[in-house]
Amino acid sequence: MADSKVLHVMYDDDMKLLDAARELVAQGIHIKDVYSPFPVHGIDPVIGIKRTRLAIVSFMFAMTGTSLALLGMWYFMISDWPMNIGGKPSFSLIENIPAFVPVTFEFSVLCGAHGMAITYLLRNGTLPGMPATNPDPRTTDDMFVIEILDTENDMTADELEAAASKTSPFEMSTKQYVA
Amino acid sequence: MQQEAAIREPLILGNKTYKDITDDVVGPIVGPAPRGWKILITISSLVALYGIGCILYLIGTGIGVWGLNKTVGWAWDITNFVWWVGIGHAGTLISAVLLLFRQKWRMAINRSAEAMTIFAVIMAAVFPGIHMGRIWVGYWVFPLPNQFGSLWVNFNSPLLWDVFAISTYFSVSLVFWYIGLIPDFATIRDRMTKPLARKIYGILSFGWSGRAKQWSRFEEVSLVLAGIATPLVFSVHSIVSMDFATAVIPGWHTTIFPPYFVSGAVFSGFAMVQTLLLVMRKAMKLEDYIHVRHVEYMNIVIIVTGSIVGVAYLTELFISWYSGVEYESYAFINRFSGPYALSYWTMMTCNVISPQLFWFKKIRRSLVATFALSIVVNIGMWFERYVIIVTSLHRDYNPSSWGEFNATSMDVGVFIGTLGIFLTLFLLFTRFFPVLALNELKSILKSSGDSQKALQNKESK
Repeated sequence: MADSKVLHVMYDDDMKLLDAARELVAQGIHIKDVYSPFPVHGIDPVIGIKRTRLAIVSFMFAMTGTSLALLGMWYFMISDWPMNIGGKPSFSLIENIPAFVPVTFEFSVLCGAHGMAITYLLRNGTLPGMPATNPDPRTTDDMFVIEILDTENDMTADELEAAASKTSPFEMSTKQYVA
Repeated sequence: MQQEAAIREPLILGNKTYKDITDDVVGPIVGPAPRGWKILITISSLVALYGIGCILYLIGTGIGVWGLNKTVGWAWDITNFVWWVGIGHAGTLISAVLLLFRQKWRMAINRSAEAMTIFAVIMAAVFPGIHMGRIWVGYWVFPLPNQFGSLWVNFNSPLLWDVFAISTYFSVSLVFWYIGLIPDFATIRDRMTKPLARKIYGILSFGWSGRAKQWSRFEEVSLVLAGIATPLVFSVHSIVSMDFATAVIPGWHTTIFPPYFVSGAVFSGFAMVQTLLLVMRKAMKLEDYIHVRHVEYMNIVIIVTGSIVGVAYLTELFISWYSGVEYESYAFINRFSGPYALSYWTMMTCNVISPQLFWFKKIRRSLVATFALSIVVNIGMWFERYVIIVTSLHRDYNPSSWGEFNATSMDVGVFIGTLGIFLTLFLLFTRFFPVLALNELKSILKSSGDSQKALQNKESK
């Protein structure tokens, strides 16, 4: 997409951005992305962002943790070296399970939280040393930007600019798109 | 957009705009270090160095340099451990439990409270570590294959549960804290003009760009982490309490311990948050973000948890008599009239009576009174752990092995030292980190800022 152009439309308020996004989408314009200093509630369905599945990921990691913890404790305490502690021998997992609940819980939380956090960082592309890709430094302060690509739309860059300028933006710029 | 009742007190004062919030939080980081900060960090790092010296002396000589003996094998060390872990609880409670309850006032205080949590848990972990005596074999607490048989650690023991609880708690709190910090580091990165600072904050911000999808994931991750951190907070101090409750020592062997310890932890944690934040808001000019309303909310939490603690003390006393177990009742008679009676009555005054003063609205909303009482509560909660641990141990079943514990200069030195290390870490945090969750604050500006309230009041007239 060497010849594609990117249009950045900047607003100074989250509500203005939300209204503008609705208006542009109603005209059949595809919005590539939105940059904002804080989550703009309600923007996801407008620009077609699906709900993230990270919660499911967390659950799967947590269940892995549960299984690993139980398997480990069965091996250490029941199978490999069963100890007789205070006349309560460790010969069966099921009879010893009450004592294993705390560690099972902690280990499940450990795996669930860290598994999800690592997945989150990888999926977001946010890792130490990654370059920032926000189009303007003000988008982490008080500005809100809509990003539109001309190759993803039926209109030309000029037509897109004309449509966007009707949404009373704070600033607008068209650049060569660098992926 | 979410609307809030106009009569509800605003959370952000001073007619702020989004840009003002960024300026107020990032300003102190960009600007030169204030004089007061330099003085404070000098004092606290000197204290920290003294503490590190004491710890090194202790490791080199052995834990005999503490006042421990055959009868009282646990004293200040475990007291300090429980005290520090307890302080840590407020941070996660604010960021996790209050997030689940959608409490907007948490946003002004959660960042610094979480930092406090992390530093407090580090301080807590020091004590069991050095109490091992031979800290270089500290890795033996983990179930690692070894050449002794293989011998495994005992998963039936609450002490081992603690290893898992504390390490999970520490690492999950750290991740929770850092995930919230990433967007704020990005804000600092984009404001920095010096290339080196820009580079450092660029690395710290992990290349955060604030895309809509990133924010959508951010909110989900925060919610899920809050959901799993909430039972984690309660489990951690419950497990700490089981270190005592599963023992047969009179005064320890009670089922009331887990809820009693958890509310005590939240109680002391909020007191520490008040102590730190009342100074920080003044020094960093954050009065518009952390104001009387926030302090009042925290004081309400202190009344609730303080009253639970008070009820627990009285319940313990009653049950020790009602149970008819003579060892149990002696343990409690000995607590309030024995050699450690002074500690017991300090604990009772500081923890049961002083928080009740917050029922008066004037006191609850007075910053000076809050600051004074928060220190009283911190002292009281330290004595609570001291009383529970030492009075129960020094006289148990066998009178011939009764003894007494007297603290040595090393007991004091190590404890004061951890206070110094903690303060040094916290001061470094206030200098280089965004002390408010600034981007989260922006998201409540419209619903809870005073400019919006003024607008609503105008419309309703």
